[in-house]
Amino acid sequence: MIVAERKPFDEIRQLIKGYKRVLTVGCGTCVAVCLAGGEKEVGVLNAELKLSQKTEAEPAGFGEATVQRQCDMEFLDEIQHMVGDYDAILSMACGAGIQFMAERYPDIPVLPAVNTVFIGVNKDVGWYEERCKACGNCALGVTGGICPVTMCAKSLFNGPCGGTNQQSCEINADQPCAWHMIYTRLERQGRLDNILQIFPANDWRNQKPQTLVQPGYEERKASE
Amino acid sequence: MKSGSTLEKILTAGHFAFTGELGPPRGSNIEAIRKKAEPLKGMVDAVNITDNQTAVVRMSSWAASLFAISEGLEPNYQMVCRDRNRLAMQGDILGASAHGIRNMLCLSGDHQQFGDHPQSKGVFDIDSTQLIQMVKKMRDEGQFLNGQEIDGPPKIFIGAAANPFAEPFEWRIYRLAKKIQAGADFVQTQCVFNMEKMREWVKRANDMGLTEKVYILAGVTPMKSLGMARYMKSKVPGMDVPDHVIDRLKGVEKGKQAEEGIKMACEQIAEFKEMKGIAGVHLMPIEWEHKVPEIAERANMLPRPNV
Repeated sequence: MIVAERKPFDEIRQLIKGYKRVLTVGCGTCVAVCLAGGEKEVGVLNAELKLSQKTEAEPAGFGEATVQRQCDMEFLDEIQHMVGDYDAILSMACGAGIQFMAERYPDIPVLPAVNTVFIGVNKDVGWYEERCKACGNCALGVTGGICPVTMCAKSLFNGPCGGTNQQSCEINADQPCAWHMIYTRLERQGRLDNILQIFPANDWRNQKPQTLVQPGYEERKASE
Repeated sequence: MKSGSTLEKILTAGHFAFTGELGPPRGSNIEAIRKKAEPLKGMVDAVNITDNQTAVVRMSSWAASLFAISEGLEPNYQMVCRDRNRLAMQGDILGASAHGIRNMLCLSGDHQQFGDHPQSKGVFDIDSTQLIQMVKKMRDEGQFLNGQEIDGPPKIFIGAAANPFAEPFEWRIYRLAKKIQAGADFVQTQCVFNMEKMREWVKRANDMGLTEKVYILAGVTPMKSLGMARYMKSKVPGMDVPDHVIDRLKGVEKGKQAEEGIKMACEQIAEFKEMKGIAGVHLMPIEWEHKVPEIAERANMLPRPNV
């Protein structure tokens, strides 16, 4: 899932400064699971904002809504009847959801209440770790299911580097060395041959905005 | 001759090579380079010119390499993968070669988090093994990484780094093999303090026939003090400083620790001269360039062969 964290409260206040009526919109998918921008977090943020506004001369009005997915137009349509009543939308979705919201309602400012941090996994409640950088050229089949691009701080394809420190990465003793893990996993599976060959320079496919149309849907897109 | 560098001539002639190191200044102060270069003249065959070492901004390594040439030193131009992508790298390699730089050391580079601009974006478009492969392709096939023809291929003696001590130890020798397969002509190792492990690593390299394919220069760093030894042991990533090294420095009074450090370095060099599979020593005195003549003299590395 996509993992996000709420922006610092003061930054959010600064972003909405000057808007009298603000609609805070949560997203019910990834950011809800990682406890950053679901229905519950929308309620908490609005409560905090209302509380902090009491001391100001002209308190703003805050509305709230949460849609299933802000990265889907169908769900964004659901709040159409509310949007006209507000000066700004405060979105708690990931960066993709925020942008789609801004695209759907181009006449009013859409502001981010969260920072999108990574594509990751749920290690435990409230604990998430990055696992994928969406490089567009997956090497996991060769590297024992451990991503050299994401899990190695230098994204090395022929590691480990000289800084590897007793199974840890040089950047942090708590961060395991990706190439140590790759070696150990492949050794366990009897697949060390996989990394005896040199990985050639990578074809980075995530260096420009991308569009993907799945096979069979080309005509549908062309008719748009 | 692949490059015609002095280092290449020394090694191919079978002489025991001796290389040094010069860190560019944190500014455009040429005097600082001259001051560091002075004690190295005639003492070493080539001098590694570091590339934003420890991820701290310094004068670019190619520019400092040119000053080294004008000071009468042969540079070993270091290039890290952290700060530039394949376009910038290939452009710099062509420029370096056109200006007469003939040796290059291909490195991953310390992570930017350690340096003076920890907020920067690390590039790591290619890694050090791929960089070696790219330089070889440019030199031997006259082609850029994308296969297009080069108008005047670079002449570069290709160097790689090796850390014989990092875990998993069993894998280190295979990583060395990969760098040789990629095209490394010579290898400079991480500073060696753990001689037992070094002997074992070199033995494995001999057993696999790797030392017949590449020239290995063992890294030697003289300890200036007990404090430095302790710091290297605990704070520097990838460094292996055994307790007996610490104990030996602890055993002499503070004013004599530097002398003991030099003595230990000379003993190491003497052993490396006799070690099968070791073709030279890379001396890395950290901010101690002025001690190089003394170490070269005491380790019987002088005079340097004229090739």
